Amino acid sequence: MPLNTDKTIEGSFQLIGGDFSIAGESSARLKSILTDLGVQEDIIRRASIATFEAEMNVIIYAAAGTLHYEISPRQIRITLVDMGPGIKDIDQAMQEGYSTAPDWVREMGWGAGMGLPNMKKNSDEFKIDSVVGEGTTVEMVINLP
Amino acid sequence: MKLEELEKLLQAKVVVDSDNLEFNIDSACSADMMSSVLYYHTPNSLLITSLTQPHVVRTAEIAGIKIIVFVLNKQPDQVTIDLAKEKHIPILVTPYCMYTASGKLFEAGLPGCLNK
Ligand SMILES: Nc1ncnc2c1ncn2[C@@H]1O[C@H](COP(=O)(O)OP(=O)(O)OP(=O)(O)O)[C@@H](O)[C@H]1O
Ligand SMILES: [Mg+2]
Repeated sequence: MPLNTDKTIEGSFQLIGGDFSIAGESSARLKSILTDLGVQEDIIRRASIATFEAEMNVIIYAAAGTLHYEISPRQIRITLVDMGPGIKDIDQAMQEGYSTAPDWVREMGWGAGMGLPNMKKNSDEFKIDSVVGEGTTVEMVINLP
Repeated sequence: MKLEELEKLLQAKVVVDSDNLEFNIDSACSADMMSSVLYYHTPNSLLITSLTQPHVVRTAEIAGIKIIVFVLNKQPDQVTIDLAKEKHIPILVTPYCMYTASGKLFEAGLPGCLNK
């Protein structure tokens, strides 16, 4: 299905570490933007899941971050940049089931170690960069048909 | 499976009602880890969980899950209820534990998300 626009639409949301009260709000807003644009349902779901997992990681692990989206007729590009502890061993972090989430996070339902694998599974391109002590950047692209 | 049937099988109390007359789910999953839900869910399904925080509703919204069942009579707080209303995601509360609630629905013919 073609997008209801031939321009590129972009925007960003600020994320605050530790603020569970609005956790997922930015992803939900992106979801409604994609819905309004008439994007296919399964693509919206993939983009929303990938974004939500990335948003939750910023809220759980980082002090603050930005979620930026760019929707063109060809693809959805989602970039999350955070100021946080960074990830020492990215290969290890990408493994299904690997998690450093503390107990209080697990009690809230996070810390299965499936977030990064979920982001990768749901995006067509997935890139992650991290500098210990500075922060992490996740970039995901989902192609539009 | 329709809401009335779920309600009956689970001896459940409806905390947030459905406003969708065509409500009819075709699979279910049980989990307390939200990323597992996001990994294994299928659209048009039911989520059985023992967590009642608002981000469970968020997870359902993001995954396209149509109804949430809280086990062991866990009552969600007002924020969770309000969000569920806003997102049109009904909530049931059952006295059963997760195992029994899942078993009741499975026995009645509702398949799991993965082996649907
Ligand atoms: N933005 C981030 N900043 C710092 N560390 C991170 C970040 N994202 C992920 N990590 C690290 O990578 C690990 C794995 O992340 P992943 O999202 O796959 O699982 P999780 O967050 O632990 O659990 P889940 O996502 O299943 O709830 C985390 O436990 C954490 O140690
Ligand atoms: Mg995670």
